[in-house]
Amino acid sequence: MDWAELLEIAETEKHRQRGIRVHCCTSTGCRAANSLDVMRNMQNAVEDANLGDRVEVVGVGCMGFCGRGPLVQVDPEELLYEEVTPETASSIIDALHGGEATPIQGDVHHPFFSRQMKIVRQHSGKLDPERIEDYIAAGGYQGLYKALYDLTPADVVDEITRSGLRGRGGGGYPTGLKWATVGKMPGDQKYVICNGDEGDPGAFMDRSVLESDPHLILEGMAIAGYAIGANHGYIYVRAEYPLAIQRLQKAIQQAKKYGLLGSQIFDSAFDFKIDIRIGAGAFVCGEETALIHSIEGARGNPRPRPPYPAESGLWHCPTLINNVETLANISAIIKGGADWYAGIGTETSKGTKIFALTGKIRNNGLIEVPMGITLREIVEEMGGGVPDGMVKAVQTGGPSGGCIPATLLDTPVDYDSLMKVGSMMGSGGMVVMDHETSMVEVARFYMEFCRGETCGKCVPCRTGTVQLYSLLNKLVNRQATQADLDTMEALCYMVKETSLCGLGMTAPNPVLSTLRYFKEEYDALLQTPAYLNGHSVQSDAIASSVSP
Amino acid sequence: MPSTSVQSAPNAKPVQGTSKSPKAEGDRRFKKIDITMKRNQYRSDALIEVLHVAQEAFGYLEEDTLTYIARGLKLPLSRVYGVATFYHLFSLKPNGAHTCVVCMGTACYVKGGGKVVAALEKELGIEVGSTTEDDQVSLMAARCLGACGIAPAVVFDGSIAGKVEPEAAIAKIRAWQSS
Repeated sequence: MDWAELLEIAETEKHRQRGIRVHCCTSTGCRAANSLDVMRNMQNAVEDANLGDRVEVVGVGCMGFCGRGPLVQVDPEELLYEEVTPETASSIIDALHGGEATPIQGDVHHPFFSRQMKIVRQHSGKLDPERIEDYIAAGGYQGLYKALYDLTPADVVDEITRSGLRGRGGGGYPTGLKWATVGKMPGDQKYVICNGDEGDPGAFMDRSVLESDPHLILEGMAIAGYAIGANHGYIYVRAEYPLAIQRLQKAIQQAKKYGLLGSQIFDSAFDFKIDIRIGAGAFVCGEETALIHSIEGARGNPRPRPPYPAESGLWHCPTLINNVETLANISAIIKGGADWYAGIGTETSKGTKIFALTGKIRNNGLIEVPMGITLREIVEEMGGGVPDGMVKAVQTGGPSGGCIPATLLDTPVDYDSLMKVGSMMGSGGMVVMDHETSMVEVARFYMEFCRGETCGKCVPCRTGTVQLYSLLNKLVNRQATQADLDTMEALCYMVKETSLCGLGMTAPNPVLSTLRYFKEEYDALLQTPAYLNGHSVQSDAIASSVSP
Repeated sequence: MPSTSVQSAPNAKPVQGTSKSPKAEGDRRFKKIDITMKRNQYRSDALIEVLHVAQEAFGYLEEDTLTYIARGLKLPLSRVYGVATFYHLFSLKPNGAHTCVVCMGTACYVKGGGKVVAALEKELGIEVGSTTEDDQVSLMAARCLGACGIAPAVVFDGSIAGKVEPEAAIAKIRAWQSS
């Protein structure tokens, strides 16, 4: 495979494609709402009407508006249809030759779509994730070619550094710096790992990227491998995402067939192979050292750092671990240049971020927005607000993040601003809560999650989460006293400061952030005053405030 | 050699009355494990993949299966058992004929996933994470299925359904029980 052949595949594919493409979402969300039948009925309708020479029905990845699925979009006219049923599906094809389409027509100019800026998701919902030719026709693998032939590994690292890209898995560590560190490590054997263990409940960005555009990840990993001097990559995916696994497997096979993975890629001296590793349902495996243990076939227990994986990771070799979304940005940065990418976003947070906008909100689904957009713009303009009622809080960062109250909706969405208000970017879950949601119960919900997911290796996390859960339970059942509340707060700081890995260090965040902004809800749940049940609550409180 | 225990293990215990005993068609399923181990050159890092294959073949992981895998990959049984019990998706007990997995991720929780669980617990008379006495239905909770756009989501026998109301979930369970 060389440059001319790559362009030829793209040309042949463009030539093959029909003038009108009817895109039908076949991702997990729409599938659950019967989109495969919708697609089949449309394909039959095209055949029945003899439109095969100018219309093609294409199963594509996620279009983002998951709450209104199954979605169908007719391009190039940009006609969007929502909640299409197998019964109404054929009318969409009828509308192409004089008939009338019966499904609800969506508005592609609604802020939900128009305020988005798509870099990672540029192909999602536009191309068939199971056909490499479709990806190549959209300019796929050109970034890899450019990296191999126009840039040295050091140039690639430099490009990523100058782009200002930061890790999208939550931590926000500068990607270029990480690549440079691994690149400088001595040793012949290095690895690239793609972290697709998207465990945060309420987040499904990575699933969507893997399902909608698997080749984008393969290309990003190969570029990373070239930059740091690795010839072997692993994609670690949750077992809960069977469709993503299946599409990745297919994509790897196709890329191998075209010589875009394997030995001597693009006839260069660069070899790179990718294997898939499937998780088995452990949240802690999102932590990098735990993930490495899991790939090695062991229990997913984290270990103390340093040494960081960059120095000693998979089988004690220098290892680069990046999140799915981080790797999905790479090809675009190489193609578009670091300066272009660095021009998007804020001073310290560059580029775009995908969020899973869910919970009590009118328009729910996936959005990709430039960094620096405010929460209010996302929730009220794009999301259309809460269906009936008011926004009470927005939860970001999953079990490691916090709840941001409605009064702080003007906070810009970037790594540092979210940290300042006691939450974090996290992987991109954004759950909107309304007045019906009890914040103490939300805190208990997350603590129950952490209690179940702690690996048990370090004491603060193992016992701390259990104690915190029981205190929160006591509160919800109105049996807690002021002393319990104080103990809970002290325990939060202790777990935060003394745990071994990120899971424990961030587990108290949902409690601390709700305590900070919704203290009155905790107070209201405290045990009824002493004079009603003969128990001296007041003295308990005094005692606890005196004791250290 | 591991192959001797392949032959003997499926017949080691007498078949226990019910037709769906895991022992009934033993050999072929152990073969699947063999193929996976061989494909991975019996390397110990293939353990999780082999456990996935074993669980898919048998429905759950019983001691014989774990011992068999430990021998094949030349690992101590403690290591295999440790891994099998660490990960939530591996089950050491058989599931019911039907499984119902309710998503309890944040989005589903906020949209009433908890009410679905409560309604099903009441209907089936069991707690989440267990199986009815007649081995018909297993009720489980998932951390997050990543189907947050269609919350609350429930997986009935492997197929995912969105925007599930408690009544609809109960209707589905009753349909299983009456069939």
